[in-house]
Amino acid sequence: MTDLATLPPRPGTAGRLRRLLAVPDGAYRGALGAVAALFGILLVVFVVSMVMQARPTFAHFGLSFLTSTKWDPVHVHYGVLVFLVGTLETTAIAMVIAVPIGLGCALALAFGIPQRLRVTLGTAVELLAAVPSVVYGLWGLLVVAPWVRTIIEPALAKITGGHGPFGGSQLGVGLLLAGVILAIMVLPTMVAISRDVLMAVPEVEIEGAFALGATRWQVMRRVVVPSARSGILGATTLATGRALGETIAVTMVIGNTDHLAHSLFGTTQTMASLIANEFTEATEPFHLSSLIAVGVLLLVVAVVVNLAARLLVRSVGRQRAIGIGVL
Amino acid sequence: MSIAPSDSKLVHRARWTLPVTAVALAIGLAACSSTSSSPTTTKATSATTAPADPYAQTDLHAPAGTLTGAGSTFDQPLFTKAFYAYNQKNSGVTVNYASIGSGGGIQQFQANTVNFGASDVPMSPLDISKATGGQVLQVPVALGGVSISYNVPGVATGLKLTPKVLADIFLGNVKTWDNSEIKSLNPGVKLPSNPIQVVYRSDGSGTTYIFTNYLSTVSTAWSSGPGTGKSVSWPVGVGQKGNEGVAGFIHTTPYTLGYVELAYAIQNNFTYAKIQNAAGQYVSPSLSSVAADAAQKPNITSVDFSIVNQTGAASYPISGYSWALIYQLQKTATTGQTLVDVLDWLTHAGQSQAASLDYVPLPANIQQLARATLLQVTGPDGKTKLLTTS
Repeated sequence: MTDLATLPPRPGTAGRLRRLLAVPDGAYRGALGAVAALFGILLVVFVVSMVMQARPTFAHFGLSFLTSTKWDPVHVHYGVLVFLVGTLETTAIAMVIAVPIGLGCALALAFGIPQRLRVTLGTAVELLAAVPSVVYGLWGLLVVAPWVRTIIEPALAKITGGHGPFGGSQLGVGLLLAGVILAIMVLPTMVAISRDVLMAVPEVEIEGAFALGATRWQVMRRVVVPSARSGILGATTLATGRALGETIAVTMVIGNTDHLAHSLFGTTQTMASLIANEFTEATEPFHLSSLIAVGVLLLVVAVVVNLAARLLVRSVGRQRAIGIGVL
Repeated sequence: MSIAPSDSKLVHRARWTLPVTAVALAIGLAACSSTSSSPTTTKATSATTAPADPYAQTDLHAPAGTLTGAGSTFDQPLFTKAFYAYNQKNSGVTVNYASIGSGGGIQQFQANTVNFGASDVPMSPLDISKATGGQVLQVPVALGGVSISYNVPGVATGLKLTPKVLADIFLGNVKTWDNSEIKSLNPGVKLPSNPIQVVYRSDGSGTTYIFTNYLSTVSTAWSSGPGTGKSVSWPVGVGQKGNEGVAGFIHTTPYTLGYVELAYAIQNNFTYAKIQNAAGQYVSPSLSSVAADAAQKPNITSVDFSIVNQTGAASYPISGYSWALIYQLQKTATTGQTLVDVLDWLTHAGQSQAASLDYVPLPANIQQLARATLLQVTGPDGKTKLLTTS
């Protein structure tokens, strides 16, 4: 996590070594260049081939592909809006749950609990990150869904009297469950990275704040979290990326309907789960190219989210620099 | 990887610009490329993608002993068992079947990268026009039924439903279990007032095709509405992936009703409804009742292949075939000979494997049809018949 580029060049042997490395021979430079270029080429090839395969759909449906809520292979009508909204909704629900819990958990793991417990819990979190998503899906469908249907949904429905966000039929599966399962799936990513970033906050800053008479809460709130802010944003970005693209677990618990959810209990579908559902038997005209077009759109959404996060990290970083300058 | 933001502006810019440039370049390239009509484009893309596929590596001129096929997942258990049994008899012949879905199977077959394809629905004339290996023959290889399963506490298996009620449930017109129409069909059954929760297959499937084909046949509201397809726009209900997804959801959620592939329902001892057939009889889904339905229509073709809602007192009305796709002209006589021999065995003696897996064995008249189709397969000269029937 520490950035080598930020370290000042050292004089002496290290500096000489660096100069040696900076003027590589042709083969060395060529090999490194090729490896570096590989990613760029891969990305271009990937995107070009996807867009090419999706072209019939873009050409035939044009903008209505983005704005239509009707996805009907039988009548050759493909509109992606429902699935775009479904993807954003599930991701939003997941992040609303995962960010505060994940941050709290990371703080606890970094500072809040005894050392021995820290190691055990830290390992547990890392193990959770290794659980395959289909297992989360199975658990969600067979174990959590009945709980949601019989306990959580009736309780929530009482709050609003069965209307608004907690209205509609209570099935267990749907937007709410998909968001909750996604949150559980991205939590390990969120916690593990945030913890590492929090632990990288320089000891001197923390000790200095304590020395000034700050309470534990104040140290966390004013020193540790701000110092690690951009890293936490990075963790959130990674977690969001995973939530956007998660396929099989969402497919198993979201209900897979091709209309917008009317409430949190409603069923809908995400772009990734649509592709997973319909890809194997897509033989109708435009069906396959439309599914690939959905893939292209998912890629665009992921890139946009990623870029937005980078912008945010940059502006946060700058604010902090200004803040320090003022101090 | 890029969690900690680097302070180096250069690195930042490089990280940023790469995806943006890539996307822009891609869109630009795609826009620059030919603006010809879409069918040509689809053909071109399918041709360019095919070699990237692992199955494309198969040499069509491989020793006659190895055949490759790809397609329907519905056929997979039957094919695996049947081809294994064939191999026990003819140890020189191995058939590798990849169950990548009918869509993928048709694509591989069109690109001529497999010896045979398998699809739950015959190739359409449009599909056939994209085939690169010449005249296409389609052979019925498996027969399956679709059962209507439900979970209503206190209601045993065998609930009676008419085609009209079934269509109305899936159209959302019959909403509750104690609807007067269901009640009048099932006197003495205590039906609750809970809403009926419809469950369907969210993944594209031949099972969905057979079921929607049936609904379209018995209900004009359905045929003019959602229609027939492997993925349709369902008016009501929730979708689950695969037979196991639908069955699992019905099993864990009370007041649900959905359709499940017959073999799956039999193997899992599932509830099923008795459906009123064209003769007015209420029939349970079973291997024999589906076979009875199929036997009513001996002259199926790859265009007129629907066998739902046939006459006959014993017919269970929701059923359909799965098909093998082959080229009439085989470029290598030995491979072609192996291929027709395997398929002929599969549609005759091999059908004994079907029943043990709860597939419906093909009726005798369909077995004859399969043989008649296979007899049209010729060697590279276009004349020599490859199938030798003893």
